Amino acid sequence: MKILIPGLTMTIPLTVIAFSIAMVIAVITALIQYANVPILKQLARFYIWVIRGTPLLVQLYVVFFGLPSIGFRVAAFPSAVAVFAVNEGAYCAETMRAAIESVPAGQLEAGFCVGMNYPQIMMRIVLPQAFRTAFPPLFNSLIGMVKDTSLAANITVAEMFFATQRIAGRTYQFMALYLELAFIYLMFSTVLTRVQAYGEKRLNSYGGNKS
Amino acid sequence: MSVLEIRNLHKGFGSLVVLDGVDLSVEKGDVVTILGPSGSGKTTLLRCINFLETADSGTMIFDETSYDLARMTRADKSRIRMRTGFVFQNYNLFRNKTALQNVTEGLIVARKMEKKKADEIGMRMLAKVGMAERADYYPSQLSGGQQQRVAIARALASDPEIIYFDEPTSALDPELISEVLAVMRNLAEEGMTMIVVTHEMGFAKNVSSKSIFMEGGKIVEQGPSKEFFTNPRMERTREFLRMEEDRETASSLNAGKNS
Ligand SMILES: Nc1ncnc2c1ncn2[C@@H]1O[C@H](COP(=O)(O)OP(=O)(O)OP(=O)(O)O)[C@@H](O)[C@H]1O
Ligand SMILES: [Mg+2]
Repeated sequence: MKILIPGLTMTIPLTVIAFSIAMVIAVITALIQYANVPILKQLARFYIWVIRGTPLLVQLYVVFFGLPSIGFRVAAFPSAVAVFAVNEGAYCAETMRAAIESVPAGQLEAGFCVGMNYPQIMMRIVLPQAFRTAFPPLFNSLIGMVKDTSLAANITVAEMFFATQRIAGRTYQFMALYLELAFIYLMFSTVLTRVQAYGEKRLNSYGGNKS
Repeated sequence: MSVLEIRNLHKGFGSLVVLDGVDLSVEKGDVVTILGPSGSGKTTLLRCINFLETADSGTMIFDETSYDLARMTRADKSRIRMRTGFVFQNYNLFRNKTALQNVTEGLIVARKMEKKKADEIGMRMLAKVGMAERADYYPSQLSGGQQQRVAIARALASDPEIIYFDEPTSALDPELISEVLAVMRNLAEEGMTMIVVTHEMGFAKNVSSKSIFMEGGKIVEQGPSKEFFTNPRMERTREFLRMEEDRETASSLNAGKNS
């Protein structure tokens, strides 16, 4: 119980908030690349290059320990939210970009032919189809992120792993506690996997991705 | 009065010249078929006059206004597209929308029509192409012929001045072709103005009022369909028509063998 509570009050909110922000970043970054917006596109590529090319743990350290040393102090939880959002955003941006590119050009052209403009077609035709394609890989990212939040313990966020370490330090029941912790992560993942399966079934029931 | 006039349309891709000075005039109620061998520029012609490709040069006269096809503003494109329809070879129905939503999407989003009114029009258009019972089906749940009929309903929804068809039956299994041709024939009889790129000689000969033969990005011959088919003037046209005839005979023989 002492482990589960920080799971509910820290791990889950951290995941939900950071992943939501990550999705916004991902969609915007993917659209900028798809629409070939000059300058912004180069920025997007740069962002993805840097984030994917450096370890998550290092990114956490840069923000939480690095920034205060040059005068920007950010509390642990918001630091973790920011790093996870920016990190996950870069990976999901690539997923979204691939999904958007997989929507046939004919969908866009058909939209133009009925008089719709580019933003209307993106919002109503292309993005909904891209989300359907991207749904499984995005969900995999989400499940991965739940587990990655344990890294936030390194910057003193009192999530599950952090709490377990504290208790283990007092009681020395390492095996029992870490197994319990692993089990709780497993339960979180299991629930999400179920949700994913249900979501995929719902999406397929209205037409799937057959052309 | 002509609905649409195209003057001296040029289009190339890189060094490849695809349209080499095409002139075209379509009167109200005309059904114009465009024939020609593969690669002659038929699709490109339709795409240029609906701005899916930008022409290198050329003039379009639509609704008594003259436009430079190489320099269309976004607003002009959108305004003209709302008054024309386009039917693609591979239907291009919106895959995340039902048959009815496919038809109403342009009305609701581009023309800001009230949903109730759009649905009413949508159902009327679906009924017209014999697809009213399938209004709530998604494209993936429809056969090719059914999808193409929905696509025609979508093109009809905006009450267009003219509809462009790019080989509307070419992607269809032989047994589904006739249901789409029947819909198009009905439209022709109702006086809809259409430009149809097709290899269906029967449609060209019996339904269309005017036929055009294109080759190498140029119009080789055009005329009223009756004359065009009974008495083509150019040797190249005669040769092409003979070849198409052979092709149709061969495919009908094949069909006979399979059944
Ligand atoms: N986007 C493009 N980029 C480069 N070349 C193109 C492009 N679109 C068409 N072409 C070329 O232009 C020429 C004319 O093509 P188009 O599709 O207009 O012919 P078509 O008459 O419709 O032929 P088909 O009967 O096979 O449909 C072809 O040589 C084609 O390869
Ligand atoms: Mg073509």
